[in-house]
Order: sequence, then structure tokens, then C-alpha cells
Amino acid sequence: MTRTLSAPVTVAFDYTRSTGPVLGRFLTGLRDAKLVGGRTSEGKVVVPPPEFDPVTHAAIDDFVEVAPTGTVTSWTWVPEPVAGQPFDRPFAFVLVTLDGADAPFLHALDVSSPDQVSTGMRVQVRWADERVGAITDIAGLEPATGNGPTAVDAPEGRLGENPVTGVITPVSLDYQYAASPEESAFYRGLNEGRIVGQRCPTCRKVYVPPRSACPADGTPTAEEVEVSQTGTITTFCIVNVPFLGQKITPPYVSAYVLLDGADIAILHLILGVPADEVRMGMRVKAVWKPEEEWTYSLENIDHFEPTGDPDADYDTYRHHL
Amino acid sequence: MTKQPAAVVGVGQTHHRAKREDVSMAGLCREAIDRALEDAGMTLDEIDAIVVGKAPDLFEGVMMPELFLAEALGAAGKPLLRVHTAGSVGGSTAIVASLLVQAGVHRKVLTVAYEKQSESNAMWALSVPLPFNMPVHAGAGGYFAPHVRSYIRRSNAPTHVGAIVAAKDRQNALRNPYAHLKNPDTTVESVLASQMLWDPIRYDETCPSSDGACALVIVSEDVAAASPNPAWIHGTVMRSEATTAAERDQVNPQASRDAAAALWKQAGITNPLEEIDAAEIYVPFSWFEPMWLESLGFAEENGGGWRLTESGGTAMDGVLPVNCSGGVLSSNPIGASGMLRFGEAALQVRGAAGEHQVDGARRALGHAYGGGSQFFAMWVVGAEKPSN
Repeated sequence: MTRTLSAPVTVAFDYTRSTGPVLGRFLTGLRDAKLVGGRTSEGKVVVPPPEFDPVTHAAIDDFVEVAPTGTVTSWTWVPEPVAGQPFDRPFAFVLVTLDGADAPFLHALDVSSPDQVSTGMRVQVRWADERVGAITDIAGLEPATGNGPTAVDAPEGRLGENPVTGVITPVSLDYQYAASPEESAFYRGLNEGRIVGQRCPTCRKVYVPPRSACPADGTPTAEEVEVSQTGTITTFCIVNVPFLGQKITPPYVSAYVLLDGADIAILHLILGVPADEVRMGMRVKAVWKPEEEWTYSLENIDHFEPTGDPDADYDTYRHHL
Repeated sequence: MTKQPAAVVGVGQTHHRAKREDVSMAGLCREAIDRALEDAGMTLDEIDAIVVGKAPDLFEGVMMPELFLAEALGAAGKPLLRVHTAGSVGGSTAIVASLLVQAGVHRKVLTVAYEKQSESNAMWALSVPLPFNMPVHAGAGGYFAPHVRSYIRRSNAPTHVGAIVAAKDRQNALRNPYAHLKNPDTTVESVLASQMLWDPIRYDETCPSSDGACALVIVSEDVAAASPNPAWIHGTVMRSEATTAAERDQVNPQASRDAAAALWKQAGITNPLEEIDAAEIYVPFSWFEPMWLESLGFAEENGGGWRLTESGGTAMDGVLPVNCSGGVLSSNPIGASGMLRFGEAALQVRGAAGEHQVDGARRALGHAYGGGSQFFAMWVVGAEKPSN
């Protein structure tokens, strides 16, 4: 058995970016199968246009259409593409100075071997069939044919109409979430129906879950202490608000439960009592899920519910607020 | 070697809105920067160094904003630093900028903080379920509501005090042309009638979600001589502590109390309630006004804060006007909210706060906090050059 528990976690969100007028003009161009650069105060044409002039710092507002053909100025070979890259087969990332531009532009060149790439080679844009106003409207670059890019359906003179003002940027990060050795012991205890904390050898406080470094003195907690499955609600809130990614349907009571024998409260769900009857000081006990559903998680405890005992005296938990 | 005097000579901010779909992040920052530079009578070329702050990365899905913003911020060829302390970042970013001047490293430092909340969802970003854990987290409101309940219990506060704060700050916002929320009809009664979101926090006791930016120009003594109304920096403090620890005081955290004590000492202040003329305190949920009033030493612990608020002491015409700008409750571009507090404090002592100016304000507090009440950043600015 490994010392620590780990589990995959994915953090994903589709961010909605406002492009502003300058990048919006560039993306509007791509949607309409045109390449738009910006002219700087020094007279250089840069693609994509910088939002602000590198010398005067003024907003760029002089837009120039450049050719969909150009010359490779540098490149690197990608033998094993990863998810999300422009091609699922080996390709080259190239810096290409488009005809009419003065600075290079990065995109992917669709060739099958590094022998087919060289600095100075002529390339052309391959437009995507469906264009939405994103950098992927350029499906890729390809070696120049002499006739220029394959024509695509793009209305003439449309540049600037219905300008693109935003793009959606999906971000998805895959992590392997690793619990510390101390936390892992706690989660393994939950898998056996026990709530096991650890005492800090320096300050003697019992931490649930235990810690690799006690926040008061930095010492790892060590001595195992099985705490009670009964405790006191120190404070709580009633969550009435729904939100993206929520796992429990509101309204629900999210409470700090100070288990008897522990020196720090855990956050958990309170059921078995109307939300508006939950009180600070209320005595509650753990209600476990059926044993066959247990994993290595605090979710093995389905919720806490009132024991029916008299409330704890305020002085017994006021220093935990 | 002692600290060199430093002053704020330029303050700029955007018109804060729910969605600024007309500008990019760079454009948003430049709106604030251009206003701050104009206020300072300076150009980007004159600036020696730039310090940038923004909200936590997941809030906007941008991990290293300094990479793509460098050119727009005019940082090419100059030092560019990024500061990161969760919700207090706007305050700590301003402090890092001021330290560069006070240390004698630079004479003209530009600092900017921003957030485009509309590009993401902060509630989601603060509540991502983690393996092995109980998924009961519910955003910032869900985090702070239990601690607000603890404050109410500890101090025996009447339950309408939070509504007094919310109504006051929304009315103050009507005098601030940059404020996001403009709700002239907000009253204590209307706040109390609004939906309970995270009991005991109601909808109207909650900050909005805003797009916005703030920028400051902070300069050395010789440069400030050219300014008609510099806001001199009399003290700056940052403190941190653990999010969770056994018996940690979540209502009045040790780091907050320590920071306040150090700040008043630095600024030569012995009675903050008497000696501070205006305070911009980070109040994202209404109850944090009385909570921080106590923690900062403006009022006695366990009740002095709500009594000061309830008595009208924190209103525009009170003994300690708090959040005359409308505060975080009226504009909340999280990454910029702390710097807005610092900048609004500077505007007060410069006599430049317009319709929300406190008459004759000579010394003002700017305050920010972040994370689970674990990062604190504060400064005192004054109309007079500091003597210490």
C-alpha cells in the first residue's frame, strides 16, 4: 500500500475573453479570411496588431491588410503533438513573416517531416472551412503553391462589419491530487468508520484532519487520536444560493463541527433538523453512509444530525470561533 | 539608513461595471493608468518601474498576466513585478510599489491592479470540489457567513447593523462617478427585505461582481515637490496568518490586530478614532465594517464596532466616515478592490475626492484583506509630510 492517497481532479472552465478593439479587429479579419496587422509609430506592420504602440504607448488604430503568404524565419519540429495542438500528427511550429508585414507571426506548418521545413521557405495560409473569429480560423500553414491559398467563401468588403468582440477560451487542467501522509491516515480511518486525528507534539493540539505541519509551530502532527463521532456546532451558515459546480442542492446548512476530543472544527453538512432550527452550540452526531458505499473520503459521513442532547455551553466553544 | 519619504501624486480608476466587454484586460488597465498619469502630470516614459496585481489566477484563467501585459503597461526596458495576496492584493501591490520608493531604489513607480470578473465566475473558482473532502464550500459568502454569525453572537449585535452598513455604502456610491452600483432607493428596510443568500448574509449585504482597475503613481520627495497635493505615506503594513489553525480567531484575526498596532505606531497615531479623518476599509460583506472597526482599534472589541456603526459614526458626517466612495459593497473588481481603498484614502487627503470628499481630511486609512481573513495590507496617508 502506498503511503499517500491520490485521486484525479479536473479543473475546467470556459473563460469569456473580451478582445478589445485591436485584437477584435484582427479576429474579425480572420473570420472574414483576411489577415490584419497594425502599423506602429515607427511604420512597422505587426501581425497580430499590438494593442498599444511599443514606443508611444498610444492605442494602435492604423490597421493594414497583409498577404496570406510569407517567408519562414525560424521553426521547430513537433514530433509528438499533445492534445490541443493544431495538428494530431507531427508538424512544425514556424515563425513566418507575412508579405506586407515587418515582424514574424507564429503558427503551425503542416508538413510530414522536418526535411520539408527550412528557414527562408515560402508558405501560405490554409483557411478553416468554418471561421468564427479565432486564431484557429487559420487551420495551419502549408508550403506555398505559387497560386496562393485555396479560396474560401468570404464575402468581399465585409471587414469590420459585425466585429468580433469576444472569444471563449476553454481551460482544462488535469491534476493528480495527492493527500499528505497525515491526511491519508485520516482518510483511511474514514474507510474503517473511524475519525482519526493526530496530536501535535509541540502544542499538544489535536488536529482533524492531521497536518504535515502544525500551523502554529510547523511540527508534523504524529500521535494518533481517535476522536468522538459526536460534537458541537460552533458556527454555521445556511446556503440558499445556487452556483456553478455545486454538489448539494440548496438550501443546506454548512457547519463547523467541533468533535469531542478535537481542537479544531471540521466543515460538514447538517440534516435531520429544519435549517432555521440549527443553533450555535447544538450537539450533533455523524450519520454514515451504508458501509458498501465507503471510500477514502469525508463524504463517507453523509451528514451530521442533532443528538437531542441539551446545547453545549457557549464557554465550551467560544474560543473556537 | 532610514526610509525615504514617498507620496501618491496620481490616482486613476475605471468606471466599474458588471461587464466591460468593450475592453481587453490590457485596455482596462490602461484606462486606469492613463488617468493616474494624467493626474500626476506624467507620461509612461518617465516611470522607473511598474508593479502589477490581480485576483487569484483561477478567477480569470490567467496565470502570468505580466507576460502578456508587459508592453501595454509600458514595462519594456523597466522592472516589472507582480504581487499576489488574494483579495488583499490591491493593497499589498500598492505597498510594494511604495517600498521601492521608500527604499530609494526608484523615484517614480506606477502600480496597477485589475480584475475582469465577467470573464469568469469567482463563486465557481472558490468552490472547486477536491477529492476526499466534503463539498460544502459555497464561495466567499459561504466562507465568511459563519464568521459573521460568530461576530453577532460574540458582540450581541442587533441583526440590522449589517443593513445599516449596506444602505450607507450604497448611498455613498451615488456621490462617486466611478462606482458600479447606483441604487438610490437602497434603505435599511430594503436591505433587510432582500433575499437571504448565505444566512446571516443577505443579497444586498453582499458586494457586486465588477470589472475594473485602479492605478497609482508613487514618487519620491523631490518628485512630489512638483505636485500641488501629494498624499504622503505615513505607514504601510502587511501581515499574514494560516487559514485554519486550532483555536484561530476567525472574527478578529491575530494578523489583523498585529498589523493595525504596527501601522498606528509607524504613523505616530495613538487614538485612531480621533486622529484618522476618513477610512476606506475592505468590506465585501456588510458586517465586516463593525468587525474591522474593532480589529483596527477604532472601537472596543465585542460590540464597540456595531455601536459605532449604529450610532451613525461611520456615515459621511460621522466621527469616522468609512467608505465614502461606496466601498467594496458598491464596486468589487476583486484584484483592484484593495488598491481602490488605498487610492480613495489618498484622494481624501489630497482633497480630490469630489462629491464624496470629507471636509478637511488630513489623514486617512486604506485597508485590504484577503484569503480566509489571512492576508492584511494597510496604509495611512496624510496631507502633511511625515515627521517620523
